[in-house]
Amino acid sequence: MDKAVITNKLTKKFGDFVATNEITFDVAQGEIFGFLGANGAGKTTAIRMLCGLLKPTSGDARIAGFDVYRQTEQIKQVIGYMSQKFSLYEDLTVRENIRFYGGIYGLNRADLKAKSDQIIEQLNLGSVADKLVASLPLGWKQRLAFSVALVHNPRIVFLDEPTGGVDPITRRQFWDMIYEAADRGTTIFVTTHYMDEAEYCNRVSIMVDGRIKALDTPSGLKRSFGTDSMDGVFQILARGTSTK
Amino acid sequence: MDAIVIDNVSKAYGSTKAVQTVSLSVKPGELFGLIGPDGAGKTTLFKILVTLLRPDEGRATVVGRDVVKDFRALRSLVGYMPGRFSLYPDLTVEENLSFFATVFGTSIQANYDLIREIYVQLEPFKDRRAGALSGGMKQKLALCCALIHKPEVLFLDEPTTGVDAVSRKEFWEMLQRLKERQLTMLVSTPYMDEANRCDRIALMQTGQILAIDTPSGVEHLFRKPLYAVKAAETFRLIQDLRKAPFTQTCYAFGEYLHLTTEEGTTPADIDRYLRERRHEHVTIKPIQAGIEDSFMALMQHG
Repeated sequence: MDKAVITNKLTKKFGDFVATNEITFDVAQGEIFGFLGANGAGKTTAIRMLCGLLKPTSGDARIAGFDVYRQTEQIKQVIGYMSQKFSLYEDLTVRENIRFYGGIYGLNRADLKAKSDQIIEQLNLGSVADKLVASLPLGWKQRLAFSVALVHNPRIVFLDEPTGGVDPITRRQFWDMIYEAADRGTTIFVTTHYMDEAEYCNRVSIMVDGRIKALDTPSGLKRSFGTDSMDGVFQILARGTSTK
Repeated sequence: MDAIVIDNVSKAYGSTKAVQTVSLSVKPGELFGLIGPDGAGKTTLFKILVTLLRPDEGRATVVGRDVVKDFRALRSLVGYMPGRFSLYPDLTVEENLSFFATVFGTSIQANYDLIREIYVQLEPFKDRRAGALSGGMKQKLALCCALIHKPEVLFLDEPTTGVDAVSRKEFWEMLQRLKERQLTMLVSTPYMDEANRCDRIALMQTGQILAIDTPSGVEHLFRKPLYAVKAAETFRLIQDLRKAPFTQTCYAFGEYLHLTTEEGTTPADIDRYLRERRHEHVTIKPIQAGIEDSFMALMQHG
């Protein structure tokens, strides 16, 4: 089983509105896959279906082999999720957050202890392990949130605009963590508004009005659209998107 | 006379020093950018300048009015678009605009000329509730509401955060057109690539200013030799370059890595090192630093 995500004509309608329109693509295990699109292009709806949170109207999708209609609970066990908006409990400490998420995913007492120590050491958070998350700088929170999203060793992790608002060095440190996780075999499914980050992905898809308009490596996309940056590709594809 | 003068302004929240002895001035008609990540102090500075917050120390004037003593007079002279959407979600597009016009004792008709170009895009939806607009449309409406009383200085706090690359570009084009009308604007953004659209910028980090200059001036603050390096396996390339004896810093920058090296290192040295580690399709080229390179270099020395 070498595909983390397989979709076939995956579609979601809300009344007359087709939010996600017959998208077909797959993502290899260990791949860093960039999922781009303008605001309102249908990315969030697609991600919610892939996470087993929203039933598709038609089409198929499998996440690590599990069916998005019937096996949503299994899907939740094999995925991790992190977004800029919600990830950690601010009024729990660093250690409590790790134990909370680990506990939810059913880690036993020994594993929880080992995992907590490992994350705290890796992120160099020893001095703040018993401090409330609310008191940490944003960049630290984001790196902790990413580690927590990986606490149950998921096959695939969904990152929804993970790097918003952080300084340029912290943003790159975050991508170092993404590369390391991918190198260990975790599939990364990431959305971003930073076009330089699109370059860091193995392959990138660009959604426009509910459809996938392009899907290729960053260099392949730049070649096809005759431009020297991912921003250029994005501007060509996403301009003229309806702004309803 | 400068449109905005900030003189040694500080503001703390408890033990957090949000803004620390910041000084800068903005000329009339200038498009000035505050560039920095969350926690840089941008929003606190905005709130002080639009009279919503009193500085602990220092003083500031906007169009000659003191932000503390003349706050009442100043409020009708400035337009403010806060970072968080702050219109009335259950009023329609037109009701919101009319509300803000009325509060400032004017009408949509009186200053329609200033907002026309932006508002025509909203007019098809003028009876829609503001809460039901798309992100890009909300942003345009917020800009119209901040402009409707014809302010002399416009303050825009992170107007493009979380907005896609196409809408961001459109928004900056709108600001360029406002600039042609001699409006003074102070804009904050965490996106370094937007800095080039400003006349001058201040780079900010944890309450302090790292540099103030034109965008190209900031680029030239970066004095070390800088190389863009690329090879077939990016992750292995980063790891190997960071271990190299000649490397000072190595960061990903889009499709290339940006590398600064010890004095006396040549591209041939870098090339040899990478070939010894069997990297393929290696490209090494000297480049001029961008604003983001400068920002990162200043952060490390600050």
